[in-house]
Amino acid sequence: MKKLLSIFAVVAFAFSAHAGTLDDVKNRGFLKCGVTTGLAGFAAPDDNGEWAGLDADMCRAVAVAVFGDRSKVEFITTTGKSRFPTLASGEVDMLARNTTWTISRDVNLGFEFVGVNFYDGQGFMVPSALGVSSATELDGATVCIQTGTTTELNLADFFRLNGISYEALPIETNDEGKENLFAGRCDVYTTDASGLSSTRAAAPNPNKWLVLPEIISKEPLGPLVRHGDHQWGDVVRWSLNAMIIAEELGVTSENVDAQKSSNVPEVLRLLGVEGNYGEMLELSNDWAYQIIKQIGNYSESYEANVGPDTPLEIARGLNALWTQGGILYAPPFR
Amino acid sequence: MNEMNEVRKPPVATTGIIGWLRINLFFNWTNSLITLFVIYCLYQFIPWILDWTIFSADFKYNYLGEQITNQEMCSRNLDPENGGACWAVIYVRFYQFIYGFYPKVEVWRVNVAYVMLAFALLPLLYAKLPYRKYFLYFTYIFPVIAYFLLNGGLGFAEVSTNKWGGLLVTLVLGCTGIALAFPIGIMLALGRRSKLPVISMMCTLFIEFIRGVPLITLLFFGMVMLPLFLPEGIDMDGLVRVLVAVTLFQSAYMAEVIRGGLQAIPPGQYEAAKSLGMSYWRMNLLIILPQAIRISIPPIVNTSIGLFKDTTLVIIVGILDLLGIGRGTLADTNWLGLSYEIYFFVSLVFFIFTFGMSRYSLYLEKKLKTGINMGAD
Repeated sequence: MKKLLSIFAVVAFAFSAHAGTLDDVKNRGFLKCGVTTGLAGFAAPDDNGEWAGLDADMCRAVAVAVFGDRSKVEFITTTGKSRFPTLASGEVDMLARNTTWTISRDVNLGFEFVGVNFYDGQGFMVPSALGVSSATELDGATVCIQTGTTTELNLADFFRLNGISYEALPIETNDEGKENLFAGRCDVYTTDASGLSSTRAAAPNPNKWLVLPEIISKEPLGPLVRHGDHQWGDVVRWSLNAMIIAEELGVTSENVDAQKSSNVPEVLRLLGVEGNYGEMLELSNDWAYQIIKQIGNYSESYEANVGPDTPLEIARGLNALWTQGGILYAPPFR
Repeated sequence: MNEMNEVRKPPVATTGIIGWLRINLFFNWTNSLITLFVIYCLYQFIPWILDWTIFSADFKYNYLGEQITNQEMCSRNLDPENGGACWAVIYVRFYQFIYGFYPKVEVWRVNVAYVMLAFALLPLLYAKLPYRKYFLYFTYIFPVIAYFLLNGGLGFAEVSTNKWGGLLVTLVLGCTGIALAFPIGIMLALGRRSKLPVISMMCTLFIEFIRGVPLITLLFFGMVMLPLFLPEGIDMDGLVRVLVAVTLFQSAYMAEVIRGGLQAIPPGQYEAAKSLGMSYWRMNLLIILPQAIRISIPPIVNTSIGLFKDTTLVIIVGILDLLGIGRGTLADTNWLGLSYEIYFFVSLVFFIFTFGMSRYSLYLEKKLKTGINMGAD
């Protein structure tokens, strides 16, 4: 399958790489952005049929950067299996589909990850009544685990490293894992921490469930584009970076107009008051201003979609700025 | 003499309600035991399901009288003792379930198409319809009208198929698949039985290839590989690609079903038609196919129902049909955890359509008296 995919990628690449994606997008008049078919907090249709979530905001940010209009985006739903062929064949201009950045995807499939918009990692969820506070106390537990995923391998590694045993209860989907855990057929459910949070939020009584502190794998999720079109890659990369930098500088959608007369040089550069960074990207000079004005900075998007005030209640953790104990870090805007 | 003329009534035990009960439910002791067991199960189940789906359920407001806008406001989440199903999610998302992401200002077009679909089906379903001939003309041009109505063109604003979803996609896939597969299937079935080796081999090869491959594979083929075969610059719509895959799949199955019907026609019918000097096509159209299709009605409806349900597989290529919209709703943080309600609703909609199809096939069988005519009673 992988070989087949890379052949598609090469063939599709030959067809699509000749023209700049940025020009294609501009000529078309809207951005085509690949998202999930629905993942709580990341991309899901709201009651009005508008896509909302952290990944959906990423798509909108790029649309704003190119067109100055957050509605100039068409969301194409993709599944775990169809996402890569869809991007490779040029049906979407970019993917923001909580995709883990790995070497094989970056190199072998011919894609380019332009950054990380969410640092995820595999975690454990148990009933509070089980009385454990750390995953190392899970000796002999029955674990609900999705088969054929990297989580399965991570789990085996973790238990072997800690010299404890477990019994696996194989499941196919997140829903199935949820039902099994709630029905008590397994003691522990393990998947990515963001997935655990949505599972917990869906429980009849969320307080009865506990997400253990151990995170046993690295799952950096980020937007990606096709290999070889660096100009377009830059647009997507800096759309994400602009949101992170805005948080660093304390620029929000509320105060962005006032910040235009700020005395901090980097703020002025970011908002396009000074310099011609927009021109370098072949965008309008207020592209970053528009992103912050219409979407908000990274923190605003995070808090609105997955943060502690949402049902998902995911603390910033690794996704806090590097200055605040996380690892979120964007190169300087100069 | 009088006694002889008196009409004697049948024993009480074999007529009326009591008789029916005795014969059908309490014929012997195993029968009675099973009946009692089933009654007990229904007694346990029916009050519970009625309570959950209707009496304790929230429809728009919760038990405090507030309008429900997210799952936390559902009665059963506020107070587990005090609530059943939370149908508010269906109420709030009804538009999406029926139309997907179709723009609200243009949605009248979908409504018109739904109504027209009903009118187009009417002459097919009900043979005694007055002016049936004119209605049939409408049925033939309906696909063209529907195309322009739904997709745009001829003065209508274009609505990309990417915005279609929910029941709309399910019906478009189901109806197009079934309607196109029928004629293609007939041609394939005739082709496979043809005496010309090239035609028969090609048809056999096609049917066996398609039948030997799961629908998911065909969907992926349509989604991923089809664009690579097309010349550059021609952008084939995602939904069309899926339609191609679904139609190919369904026509292979339809061909085999109809071939089964063809096999059952006695050779005498062919010989009689030929002796009247009929050509191949006249023989098939006037003598063979009407009989073959008539006896194939149950399996034809069977595969059609199968296809209608299989359309849910399109979620794996990223098209949100009725079930896909349901799953998308479950991923909205406002409605997390309402899977019972959503899956219940989706299955109910599917049940209504498939049950309708199966009842219609029963009606057709009765009307055409398939069994008696073919001597297969």
